[in-house]
Amino acid sequence: MVVVKKSINFIAVLVLALFSMFSYGDEIQHKPGNKVDTAEEINDYIAHHLKDSHDFHFYTHNESGTHYSFPLPVIVWTSNGLKTFMSSEFHHDDAGKVIVEKGDVKLVKLHSKIYELESGASTINFDEHHHATNAHKVLDFSITKSVFGMLLAGILMLLGFGALARGYKKGKMIPKGFSRVLEPLVIYVRDEIAKPNIGEKKYRKFMGFLLTVFFFIWILNLLGLTPLGFNVTGQIAVTACLAIFTVVIYMFSGSKDFWAHTLWMPGVPYILRPILAVIELVGFVVIKPFSLLIRLFANITAGHFVVMSLIALAITLKVSFGPVVSTGMSLVLSLFIMVIEILVAFLQAFIFTMLSSLFIGMAVEEHDDHH
Amino acid sequence: MDQLLHDFSPGLFFMQAIILLILIVLMRKFAWKPILDSLQTREDGIQNALDAAEKAKLEMQNLQADNQKLLQEARAEREDMLKEAREMKNKMIEDAKSEAEGQANKMIAQAQAAIEGEKKAALAELKNQVAGISLEIAEKVMRTELSNKDKQLQLVETMLAEKSLN
Repeated sequence: MVVVKKSINFIAVLVLALFSMFSYGDEIQHKPGNKVDTAEEINDYIAHHLKDSHDFHFYTHNESGTHYSFPLPVIVWTSNGLKTFMSSEFHHDDAGKVIVEKGDVKLVKLHSKIYELESGASTINFDEHHHATNAHKVLDFSITKSVFGMLLAGILMLLGFGALARGYKKGKMIPKGFSRVLEPLVIYVRDEIAKPNIGEKKYRKFMGFLLTVFFFIWILNLLGLTPLGFNVTGQIAVTACLAIFTVVIYMFSGSKDFWAHTLWMPGVPYILRPILAVIELVGFVVIKPFSLLIRLFANITAGHFVVMSLIALAITLKVSFGPVVSTGMSLVLSLFIMVIEILVAFLQAFIFTMLSSLFIGMAVEEHDDHH
Repeated sequence: MDQLLHDFSPGLFFMQAIILLILIVLMRKFAWKPILDSLQTREDGIQNALDAAEKAKLEMQNLQADNQKLLQEARAEREDMLKEAREMKNKMIEDAKSEAEGQANKMIAQAQAAIEGEKKAALAELKNQVAGISLEIAEKVMRTELSNKDKQLQLVETMLAEKSLN
Protein backbone atom coordinates (compact mmCIF):
# COMPACT_ATOMS: atom_id res chain seq x y z
CA MET A 1 0.00 0.00 0.00
CA VAL A 2 2.85 2.35 0.88
CA VAL A 3 4.36 1.81 -2.54
CA VAL A 4 1.07 2.50 -4.27
CA LYS A 5 0.58 5.68 -2.25
CA LYS A 6 4.08 6.79 -3.05
CA SER A 7 3.70 6.16 -6.74
CA ILE A 8 0.42 8.06 -6.72
CA ASN A 9 2.23 10.97 -5.07
CA PHE A 10 4.94 10.76 -7.67
CA ILE A 11 2.46 10.73 -10.54
CA ALA A 12 0.69 13.71 -8.98
CA VAL A 13 3.95 15.63 -8.87
CA LEU A 14 4.65 14.71 -12.46
CA VAL A 15 1.21 15.82 -13.62
CA LEU A 16 1.58 19.10 -11.75
CA ALA A 17 4.92 19.64 -13.42
CA LEU A 18 3.34 19.03 -16.80
CA PHE A 19 0.53 21.52 -16.16
CA SER A 20 2.85 24.11 -14.77
CA MET A 21 4.67 24.35 -18.08
CA PHE A 22 4.36 27.78 -19.51
CA SER A 23 3.95 28.88 -23.03
CA TYR A 24 5.78 31.64 -24.68
CA GLY A 25 5.38 33.35 -27.97
CA ASP A 26 7.59 32.67 -30.87
CA GLU A 27 8.21 35.37 -33.40
CA ILE A 28 11.14 33.83 -35.16
CA GLN A 29 9.62 30.71 -36.69
CA HIS A 30 9.98 30.81 -40.46
CA LYS A 31 6.46 29.57 -40.91
CA PRO A 32 3.48 30.72 -38.88
CA GLY A 33 1.85 27.92 -36.92
CA ASN A 34 4.75 25.53 -37.50
CA LYS A 35 2.42 23.04 -39.16
CA VAL A 36 3.93 19.80 -40.37
CA ASP A 37 2.25 18.73 -43.58
CA THR A 38 4.70 18.11 -46.38
CA ALA A 39 7.01 15.14 -46.76
CA GLU A 40 10.04 17.36 -46.30
CA GLU A 41 8.68 18.89 -43.13
CA ILE A 42 7.86 15.46 -41.80
CA ASN A 43 11.43 14.32 -42.44
CA ASP A 44 12.73 17.40 -40.68
CA TYR A 45 10.36 16.83 -37.79
CA ILE A 46 11.47 13.21 -37.38
CA ALA A 47 15.14 14.13 -37.68
CA HIS A 48 14.60 16.82 -35.09
CA HIS A 49 12.86 14.41 -32.75
CA LEU A 50 15.62 11.80 -33.04
CA LYS A 51 18.09 14.40 -31.79
CA ASP A 52 18.45 15.51 -28.24
CA SER A 53 16.77 18.79 -27.43
CA HIS A 54 17.23 21.57 -24.93
CA ASP A 55 13.61 22.03 -23.97
CA PHE A 56 10.71 19.77 -23.28
CA HIS A 57 8.28 20.43 -26.08
CA PHE A 58 4.67 19.20 -25.95
CA TYR A 59 2.79 20.79 -28.78
CA THR A 60 2.40 23.96 -30.74
CA HIS A 61 -0.85 25.82 -31.10
CA ASN A 62 -1.18 26.30 -34.84
CA GLU A 63 -3.13 29.55 -35.09
CA SER A 64 -1.28 31.57 -32.52
CA GLY A 65 2.02 29.81 -33.12
CA THR A 66 2.43 29.35 -29.39
CA HIS A 67 4.67 26.53 -28.17
CA TYR A 68 3.65 24.59 -25.10
CA SER A 69 6.80 23.35 -23.47
CA PHE A 70 8.94 23.84 -20.45
CA PRO A 71 12.53 24.96 -20.63
CA LEU A 72 15.44 22.99 -19.29
CA PRO A 73 18.67 24.42 -17.93
CA VAL A 74 21.51 24.99 -20.38
CA ILE A 75 24.98 24.51 -18.96
CA VAL A 76 27.79 25.14 -21.45
CA TRP A 77 31.53 25.40 -21.18
CA THR A 78 32.47 28.32 -23.40
CA SER A 79 35.76 30.02 -24.13
CA ASN A 80 34.91 32.27 -21.25
CA GLY A 81 34.07 29.66 -18.67
CA LEU A 82 30.88 27.97 -17.57
CA LYS A 83 27.61 29.63 -18.57
CA THR A 84 24.18 28.62 -17.32
CA PHE A 85 20.77 29.88 -18.36
CA MET A 86 17.34 28.47 -19.21
CA SER A 87 16.72 27.19 -22.71
CA SER A 88 13.72 29.53 -22.98
CA GLU A 89 16.19 32.28 -23.84
CA PHE A 90 16.54 30.72 -27.30
CA HIS A 91 12.79 31.16 -27.88
CA HIS A 92 12.51 27.78 -29.61
CA ASP A 93 14.88 28.86 -32.29
CA ASP A 94 16.82 25.97 -33.76
CA ALA A 95 18.21 27.69 -36.85
CA GLY A 96 20.90 29.80 -35.19
CA LYS A 97 19.01 33.07 -35.44
CA VAL A 98 18.49 33.98 -31.80
CA ILE A 99 21.72 35.07 -30.24
CA VAL A 100 22.02 34.78 -26.48
CA GLU A 101 24.72 36.98 -25.06
CA LYS A 102 26.27 35.87 -21.79
CA GLY A 103 29.02 38.16 -20.73
CA ASP A 104 31.14 38.48 -23.83
CA VAL A 105 30.18 35.19 -25.48
CA LYS A 106 27.42 34.94 -28.07
CA LEU A 107 25.60 31.62 -28.17
CA VAL A 108 23.18 30.26 -30.77
CA LYS A 109 21.29 26.98 -31.07
CA LEU A 110 21.54 25.24 -34.41
CA HIS A 111 20.01 21.79 -35.03
CA SER A 112 19.85 21.02 -31.31
CA LYS A 113 23.49 21.94 -30.80
CA ILE A 114 24.77 25.06 -29.08
CA TYR A 115 27.41 27.03 -30.97
CA GLU A 116 29.59 29.86 -29.79
CA LEU A 117 30.02 32.69 -32.31
CA GLU A 118 33.56 33.75 -32.93
CA SER A 119 34.43 37.15 -31.48
CA GLY A 120 33.27 39.98 -33.67
CA ALA A 121 30.58 37.98 -35.48
CA SER A 122 27.05 39.20 -35.00
CA THR A 123 25.19 36.58 -37.06
CA ILE A 124 25.98 33.02 -37.97
CA ASN A 125 27.21 32.38 -41.52
CA PHE A 126 26.92 29.12 -43.40
CA ASP A 127 28.88 27.55 -46.20
CA GLU A 128 27.19 25.74 -49.11
CA HIS A 129 26.81 22.52 -47.01
CA HIS A 130 24.97 24.49 -44.35
CA HIS A 131 27.89 24.23 -41.95
CA ALA A 132 28.57 27.17 -39.70
CA THR A 133 31.72 29.00 -40.75
CA ASN A 134 32.13 31.51 -37.98
CA ALA A 135 31.01 29.48 -34.96
CA HIS A 136 32.13 26.36 -33.13
CA LYS A 137 30.38 23.86 -30.92
CA VAL A 138 30.79 24.20 -27.17
CA LEU A 139 30.97 21.48 -24.54
CA ASP A 140 27.35 21.11 -23.60
CA PHE A 141 26.61 19.76 -20.14
CA SER A 142 23.00 20.94 -20.27
CA ILE A 143 20.18 19.15 -18.59
CA THR A 144 18.82 18.26 -22.01
CA LYS A 145 15.72 16.19 -22.59
CA SER A 146 17.89 13.04 -22.60
CA VAL A 147 19.58 13.95 -19.34
CA PHE A 148 16.15 14.75 -17.91
CA GLY A 149 14.97 11.33 -19.07
CA MET A 150 17.95 9.63 -17.46
CA LEU A 151 17.33 11.42 -14.20
CA LEU A 152 13.67 10.44 -14.37
CA ALA A 153 14.60 6.81 -15.04
CA GLY A 154 17.10 6.92 -12.19
CA ILE A 155 14.52 8.33 -9.78
CA LEU A 156 11.97 5.72 -10.89
CA MET A 157 14.51 2.96 -10.32
CA LEU A 158 15.55 4.27 -6.93
CA LEU A 159 11.91 4.57 -5.85
CA GLY A 160 10.78 1.20 -7.19
CA PHE A 161 13.72 -0.95 -6.19
CA GLY A 162 14.34 1.03 -3.03
CA ALA A 163 10.78 0.15 -1.99
CA LEU A 164 11.46 -3.52 -2.81
CA ALA A 165 14.65 -3.45 -0.73
CA ARG A 166 12.89 -1.72 2.20
CA GLY A 167 10.16 -4.33 2.02
CA TYR A 168 12.74 -7.04 2.68
CA LYS A 169 14.38 -5.07 5.45
CA LYS A 170 11.11 -4.96 7.36
CA GLY A 171 11.45 -8.71 7.70
CA LYS A 172 8.77 -9.58 5.19
CA MET A 173 10.26 -12.17 2.88
CA ILE A 174 7.44 -11.96 0.33
CA PRO A 175 7.13 -8.56 -1.36
CA LYS A 176 3.76 -6.86 -1.69
CA GLY A 177 2.20 -4.68 -4.37
CA PHE A 178 4.35 -3.35 -7.20
CA SER A 179 7.47 -4.86 -5.64
CA ARG A 180 6.00 -8.25 -6.42
CA VAL A 181 6.38 -7.40 -10.11
CA LEU A 182 9.93 -6.15 -9.72
CA GLU A 183 11.24 -9.10 -7.77
CA PRO A 184 10.88 -11.71 -10.54
CA LEU A 185 12.60 -9.28 -12.93
CA VAL A 186 15.59 -9.05 -10.61
CA ILE A 187 15.60 -12.84 -10.28
CA TYR A 188 15.33 -13.13 -14.06
CA VAL A 189 18.41 -10.96 -14.63
CA ARG A 190 20.32 -12.87 -11.99
CA ASP A 191 19.34 -16.41 -13.03
CA GLU A 192 18.96 -16.08 -16.79
CA ILE A 193 21.54 -13.44 -17.67
CA ALA A 194 24.27 -13.18 -15.06
CA LYS A 195 24.62 -16.70 -13.67
CA PRO A 196 24.77 -18.69 -16.95
CA ASN A 197 27.22 -16.26 -18.59
CA ILE A 198 29.52 -15.27 -15.76
CA GLY A 199 29.34 -18.35 -13.59
CA GLU A 200 27.95 -19.19 -10.20
CA LYS A 201 31.08 -18.12 -8.33
CA LYS A 202 31.82 -14.72 -9.79
CA TYR A 203 28.49 -13.28 -10.90
CA ARG A 204 27.77 -11.45 -7.65
CA LYS A 205 30.41 -8.76 -8.17
CA PHE A 206 28.87 -7.63 -11.47
CA MET A 207 25.22 -7.71 -10.46
CA GLY A 208 25.19 -4.02 -9.53
CA PHE A 209 26.25 -2.98 -13.02
CA LEU A 210 24.15 -5.54 -14.91
CA LEU A 211 20.93 -4.89 -13.01
CA THR A 212 21.34 -1.13 -13.19
CA VAL A 213 22.09 -1.17 -16.91
CA PHE A 214 19.26 -3.60 -17.68
CA PHE A 215 16.57 -1.59 -15.93
CA PHE A 216 18.07 1.74 -17.02
CA ILE A 217 17.93 0.76 -20.71
CA TRP A 218 14.54 -0.88 -20.39
CA ILE A 219 12.91 2.06 -18.62
CA LEU A 220 14.43 4.55 -21.07
CA ASN A 221 13.33 2.43 -24.04
CA LEU A 222 9.82 2.37 -22.64
CA LEU A 223 9.89 6.11 -21.88
CA GLY A 224 10.82 6.57 -25.53
CA LEU A 225 7.55 4.92 -26.51
CA THR A 226 5.45 7.35 -24.49
CA PRO A 227 4.19 10.55 -26.13
CA LEU A 228 6.66 12.45 -23.95
CA GLY A 229 9.03 11.87 -26.84
CA PHE A 230 12.23 10.82 -25.09
CA ASN A 231 14.87 9.34 -27.33
CA VAL A 232 17.57 8.65 -24.79
CA THR A 233 18.76 5.20 -25.85
CA GLY A 234 18.71 6.49 -29.43
CA GLN A 235 21.47 8.98 -28.59
CA ILE A 236 24.79 7.59 -29.70
CA ALA A 237 26.58 9.30 -26.81
CA VAL A 238 24.38 7.42 -24.33
CA THR A 239 24.84 3.99 -25.89
CA ALA A 240 28.57 4.68 -26.33
CA CYS A 241 28.82 5.49 -22.65
CA LEU A 242 27.01 2.30 -21.68
CA ALA A 243 29.26 0.22 -23.95
CA ILE A 244 32.40 1.86 -22.59
CA PHE A 245 31.29 1.03 -19.04
CA THR A 246 31.05 -2.61 -20.10
CA VAL A 247 34.52 -2.53 -21.70
CA VAL A 248 36.10 -0.91 -18.66
CA ILE A 249 34.50 -3.47 -16.37
CA TYR A 250 35.58 -6.52 -18.32
CA MET A 251 39.03 -5.19 -19.06
CA PHE A 252 39.68 -4.47 -15.41
CA SER A 253 38.28 -7.74 -14.12
CA GLY A 254 40.05 -9.96 -16.68
CA SER A 255 41.64 -13.04 -15.16
CA LYS A 256 45.23 -14.16 -15.72
CA ASP A 257 43.93 -16.78 -18.13
CA PHE A 258 42.03 -14.17 -20.10
CA TRP A 259 45.13 -12.04 -20.63
CA ALA A 260 47.22 -15.11 -21.40
CA HIS A 261 44.73 -16.23 -24.02
CA THR A 262 44.31 -12.76 -25.46
CA LEU A 263 47.94 -11.65 -25.68
CA TRP A 264 49.85 -14.91 -26.06
CA MET A 265 47.47 -17.62 -27.20
CA PRO A 266 48.77 -21.03 -26.12
CA GLY A 267 48.76 -23.92 -28.55
CA VAL A 268 49.26 -21.75 -31.62
CA PRO A 269 52.50 -21.40 -33.66
CA TYR A 270 54.68 -18.61 -32.30
CA ILE A 271 54.56 -16.59 -35.51
CA LEU A 272 50.80 -16.36 -35.34
CA ARG A 273 50.61 -15.32 -31.70
CA PRO A 274 51.26 -11.57 -32.12
CA ILE A 275 48.74 -11.44 -34.99
CA LEU A 276 46.16 -13.22 -32.88
CA ALA A 277 46.89 -10.87 -29.98
CA VAL A 278 46.16 -7.87 -32.18
CA ILE A 279 42.95 -9.45 -33.47
CA GLU A 280 41.80 -10.36 -29.98
CA LEU A 281 42.63 -6.97 -28.53
CA VAL A 282 40.85 -5.14 -31.33
CA GLY A 283 37.91 -7.49 -30.79
CA PHE A 284 37.68 -6.77 -27.09
CA VAL A 285 38.51 -3.08 -27.13
CA VAL A 286 36.82 -1.93 -30.34
CA ILE A 287 34.56 -4.43 -32.07
CA LYS A 288 32.63 -5.76 -29.09
CA PRO A 289 31.75 -2.36 -27.57
CA PHE A 290 31.06 -0.97 -31.02
CA SER A 291 28.59 -3.75 -31.76
CA LEU A 292 26.96 -3.09 -28.38
CA LEU A 293 26.55 0.63 -28.88
CA ILE A 294 25.50 0.46 -32.53
CA ARG A 295 22.96 -2.31 -31.90
CA LEU A 296 21.12 -0.43 -29.17
CA PHE A 297 21.36 2.93 -30.94
CA ALA A 298 20.23 1.59 -34.32
CA ASN A 299 17.34 -0.46 -32.95
CA ILE A 300 15.88 2.36 -30.93
CA THR A 301 16.45 5.01 -33.59
CA ALA A 302 14.92 2.78 -36.25
CA GLY A 303 11.96 2.08 -33.98
CA HIS A 304 11.30 5.77 -33.40
CA PHE A 305 11.77 6.49 -37.08
CA VAL A 306 9.32 3.79 -38.17
CA VAL A 307 6.67 4.71 -35.60
CA MET A 308 6.85 8.39 -36.48
CA SER A 309 6.80 7.67 -40.22
CA LEU A 310 3.72 5.51 -39.82
CA ILE A 311 2.00 8.19 -37.77
CA ALA A 312 2.91 10.63 -40.54
CA LEU A 313 1.10 8.38 -43.02
CA ALA A 314 -2.08 10.07 -41.83
CA ILE A 315 -0.74 13.28 -43.39
CA THR A 316 1.08 11.96 -46.46
CA LEU A 317 -1.73 9.69 -47.62
CA LYS A 318 -4.48 12.20 -46.95
CA VAL A 319 -4.35 13.55 -50.49
CA SER A 320 -4.72 10.16 -52.21
CA PHE A 321 -6.99 8.28 -49.75
CA GLY A 322 -8.87 10.92 -47.84
CA PRO A 323 -8.54 11.72 -44.15
CA VAL A 324 -10.51 8.75 -42.74
CA VAL A 325 -8.70 5.96 -44.60
CA SER A 326 -5.24 7.47 -44.17
CA THR A 327 -5.78 8.04 -40.45
CA GLY A 328 -7.14 4.52 -40.05
CA MET A 329 -4.21 3.00 -41.89
CA SER A 330 -1.69 4.98 -39.93
CA LEU A 331 -3.44 4.04 -36.68
CA VAL A 332 -3.49 0.30 -37.41
CA LEU A 333 0.08 0.19 -38.72
CA SER A 334 1.57 2.32 -35.99
CA LEU A 335 -0.31 0.33 -33.35
CA PHE A 336 1.16 -2.85 -34.80
CA ILE A 337 4.70 -1.43 -34.84
CA MET A 338 4.19 -0.01 -31.35
CA VAL A 339 3.45 -3.49 -30.00
CA ILE A 340 6.63 -4.74 -31.64
CA GLU A 341 8.51 -1.77 -30.22
CA ILE A 342 7.37 -2.70 -26.72
CA LEU A 343 8.94 -6.09 -27.31
CA VAL A 344 12.07 -4.48 -28.79
CA ALA A 345 12.34 -2.20 -25.76
CA PHE A 346 12.71 -5.26 -23.54
CA LEU A 347 14.72 -7.22 -26.07
CA GLN A 348 17.38 -4.54 -26.51
CA ALA A 349 17.77 -4.12 -22.76
CA PHE A 350 18.04 -7.90 -22.48
CA ILE A 351 20.55 -8.21 -25.33
CA PHE A 352 22.75 -5.41 -24.03
CA THR A 353 22.85 -6.93 -20.55
CA MET A 354 23.22 -10.43 -21.95
CA LEU A 355 26.17 -9.54 -24.17
CA SER A 356 27.78 -7.48 -21.42
CA SER A 357 27.61 -10.42 -19.07
CA LEU A 358 28.85 -12.73 -21.84
CA PHE A 359 31.93 -10.54 -22.37
CA ILE A 360 32.47 -10.24 -18.62
CA GLY A 361 32.12 -14.03 -18.43
CA MET A 362 34.80 -14.44 -21.12
CA ALA A 363 37.12 -12.13 -19.21
CA VAL A 364 36.76 -13.67 -15.75
CA GLU A 365 36.74 -17.28 -16.94
CA GLU A 366 39.50 -19.51 -15.62
CA HIS A 367 40.47 -22.42 -17.82
CA ASP A 368 41.10 -25.67 -16.07
CA ASP A 369 42.38 -27.39 -19.19
CA HIS A 370 45.64 -26.02 -20.51
CA HIS A 371 46.09 -26.85 -24.13
CA MET B 1 29.19 7.81 -40.10
CA ASP B 2 29.83 11.51 -40.47
CA GLN B 3 26.31 12.16 -39.27
CA LEU B 4 26.84 9.83 -36.32
CA LEU B 5 30.03 11.62 -35.32
CA HIS B 6 28.30 14.95 -35.75
CA ASP B 7 25.43 13.84 -33.55
CA PHE B 8 27.76 12.55 -30.87
CA SER B 9 27.60 14.99 -28.03
CA PRO B 10 30.58 14.84 -25.64
CA GLY B 11 28.62 16.77 -23.05
CA LEU B 12 25.79 14.25 -23.10
CA PHE B 13 28.36 11.46 -22.90
CA PHE B 14 29.88 13.08 -19.85
CA MET B 15 26.50 13.63 -18.19
CA GLN B 16 25.48 10.05 -18.94
CA ALA B 17 28.72 8.70 -17.47
CA ILE B 18 28.26 10.72 -14.28
CA ILE B 19 24.58 9.81 -13.93
CA LEU B 20 25.19 6.14 -14.63
CA LEU B 21 28.08 6.00 -12.19
CA ILE B 22 26.07 7.66 -9.44
CA LEU B 23 23.05 5.50 -10.25
CA ILE B 24 25.11 2.30 -10.08
CA VAL B 25 26.58 3.32 -6.72
CA LEU B 26 23.19 4.35 -5.28
CA MET B 27 21.34 1.32 -6.64
CA ARG B 28 24.03 -1.01 -5.31
CA LYS B 29 23.84 0.48 -1.87
CA PHE B 30 20.10 1.02 -1.54
CA ALA B 31 18.57 -1.59 -3.79
CA TRP B 32 20.61 -4.41 -5.31
CA LYS B 33 22.62 -5.37 -2.26
CA PRO B 34 19.68 -5.69 0.15
CA ILE B 35 17.50 -7.27 -2.55
CA LEU B 36 20.07 -9.87 -3.59
CA ASP B 37 21.01 -10.59 0.01
CA SER B 38 17.38 -11.12 0.96
CA LEU B 39 16.76 -13.30 -2.08
CA GLN B 40 19.82 -15.37 -1.16
CA THR B 41 18.66 -15.71 2.42
CA ARG B 42 15.19 -16.69 1.30
CA GLU B 43 16.45 -19.22 -1.21
CA ASP B 44 18.85 -20.70 1.34
CA GLY B 45 15.94 -20.95 3.79
CA ILE B 46 13.81 -22.75 1.23
CA GLN B 47 16.69 -25.07 0.32
CA ASN B 48 17.31 -25.86 3.98
CA ALA B 49 13.64 -26.55 4.58
CA LEU B 50 13.55 -28.86 1.56
CA ASP B 51 16.70 -30.64 2.71
CA ALA B 52 15.28 -31.05 6.21
CA ALA B 53 12.05 -32.44 4.79
CA GLU B 54 14.02 -34.87 2.64
CA LYS B 55 16.05 -35.93 5.64
CA ALA B 56 12.92 -36.40 7.76
CA LYS B 57 11.41 -38.48 4.98
CA LEU B 58 14.51 -40.65 4.83
CA GLU B 59 14.50 -41.08 8.60
CA MET B 60 10.84 -41.96 8.49
CA GLN B 61 11.58 -44.56 5.85
CA ASN B 62 14.39 -45.99 7.93
CA LEU B 63 12.12 -46.10 10.94
CA GLN B 64 9.45 -47.85 8.96
CA ALA B 65 11.96 -50.35 7.64
CA ASP B 66 13.12 -50.98 11.21
CA ASN B 67 9.56 -51.48 12.33
CA GLN B 68 8.97 -53.87 9.50
CA LYS B 69 12.07 -55.81 10.45
CA LEU B 70 11.04 -55.96 14.08
CA LEU B 71 7.59 -57.07 13.13
CA GLN B 72 9.00 -59.78 10.88
CA GLU B 73 11.32 -60.97 13.62
CA ALA B 74 8.47 -61.13 16.09
CA ARG B 75 6.37 -63.03 13.60
CA ALA B 76 9.19 -65.51 12.95
CA GLU B 77 9.71 -65.96 16.65
CA ARG B 78 6.01 -66.61 17.20
CA GLU B 79 6.09 -69.08 14.33
CA ASP B 80 9.04 -70.87 15.92
CA MET B 81 7.35 -70.99 19.28
CA LEU B 82 4.16 -72.35 17.80
CA LYS B 83 6.09 -74.98 15.90
CA GLU B 84 7.98 -76.03 18.98
CA ALA B 85 4.77 -76.28 20.99
CA ARG B 86 3.16 -78.33 18.28
CA GLU B 87 6.13 -80.66 18.18
CA MET B 88 6.10 -80.98 21.91
CA LYS B 89 2.43 -81.76 21.89
CA ASN B 90 2.87 -84.39 19.22
CA LYS B 91 5.73 -85.91 21.12
CA MET B 92 3.75 -85.98 24.32
CA ILE B 93 0.85 -87.65 22.61
CA GLU B 94 3.22 -90.10 21.00
CA ASP B 95 4.88 -90.84 24.29
CA ALA B 96 1.62 -91.23 26.08
CA LYS B 97 0.37 -93.50 23.36
CA SER B 98 3.41 -95.74 23.38
CA GLU B 99 3.42 -95.89 27.15
CA ALA B 100 -0.22 -96.74 27.23
CA GLU B 101 0.35 -99.39 24.62
CA GLY B 102 3.24 -100.85 26.60
CA GLN B 103 1.14 -100.81 29.70
CA ALA B 104 -1.76 -102.47 27.96
CA ASN B 105 0.52 -105.08 26.44
CA LYS B 106 2.04 -105.74 29.80
CA MET B 107 -1.37 -106.04 31.39
CA ILE B 108 -2.54 -108.34 28.65
CA ALA B 109 0.58 -110.43 29.04
CA GLN B 110 0.07 -110.56 32.77
CA ALA B 111 -3.54 -111.49 32.29
CA GLN B 112 -2.58 -114.15 29.82
CA ALA B 113 0.06 -115.45 32.17
CA ALA B 114 -2.47 -115.48 34.98
CA ILE B 115 -5.00 -117.26 32.77
CA GLU B 116 -2.34 -119.77 31.75
CA GLY B 117 -1.43 -120.35 35.37
CA GLU B 118 -5.04 -120.76 36.37
CA LYS B 119 -5.57 -123.03 33.44
CA LYS B 120 -2.58 -125.12 34.38
CA ALA B 121 -3.68 -125.25 38.00
CA ALA B 122 -7.17 -126.19 36.94
CA LEU B 123 -5.83 -128.85 34.60
CA ALA B 124 -3.55 -130.23 37.29
CA GLU B 125 -6.41 -130.36 39.70
CA LEU B 126 -8.57 -131.91 37.06
CA LYS B 127 -5.87 -134.47 36.38
CA ASN B 128 -5.55 -135.19 40.03
CA GLN B 129 -9.23 -135.51 40.41
CA VAL B 130 -9.48 -137.64 37.27
CA ALA B 131 -6.60 -139.78 38.57
CA GLY B 132 -8.33 -140.09 41.90
CA ILE B 133 -11.63 -140.91 40.29
CA SER B 134 -9.87 -143.33 37.92
CA LEU B 135 -8.15 -145.01 40.82
CA GLU B 136 -11.41 -145.33 42.65
CA ILE B 137 -13.08 -146.63 39.56
CA ALA B 138 -10.21 -148.92 38.95
CA GLU B 139 -10.31 -150.15 42.55
CA LYS B 140 -14.02 -150.71 42.30
CA VAL B 141 -13.64 -152.42 38.94
CA MET B 142 -10.78 -154.51 40.20
CA ARG B 143 -12.75 -155.49 43.14
CA THR B 144 -15.69 -156.51 41.08
CA GLU B 145 -13.60 -158.19 38.37
CA LEU B 146 -11.28 -160.03 40.56
CA SER B 147 -14.06 -161.55 42.52
CA ASN B 148 -14.64 -163.90 39.60
CA LYS B 149 -11.93 -166.19 38.28
CA ASP B 150 -13.22 -166.50 34.82
CA LYS B 151 -13.49 -162.90 34.42
CA GLN B 152 -9.92 -162.45 35.57
CA LEU B 153 -8.74 -164.81 33.00
CA GLN B 154 -10.84 -163.23 30.37
CA LEU B 155 -9.39 -159.84 31.27
CA VAL B 156 -5.90 -161.10 31.02
CA GLU B 157 -6.81 -162.63 27.70
CA THR B 158 -8.18 -159.34 26.28
CA MET B 159 -5.30 -157.37 27.59
CA LEU B 160 -2.84 -159.70 26.03
CA ALA B 161 -4.70 -159.53 22.78
CA GLU B 162 -4.63 -155.81 22.85
CA LYS B 163 -0.90 -155.93 23.59
CA SER B 164 -0.17 -158.08 20.69
CA LEU B 165 -2.17 -155.88 18.45
CA ASN B 166 -0.14 -152.93 19.44
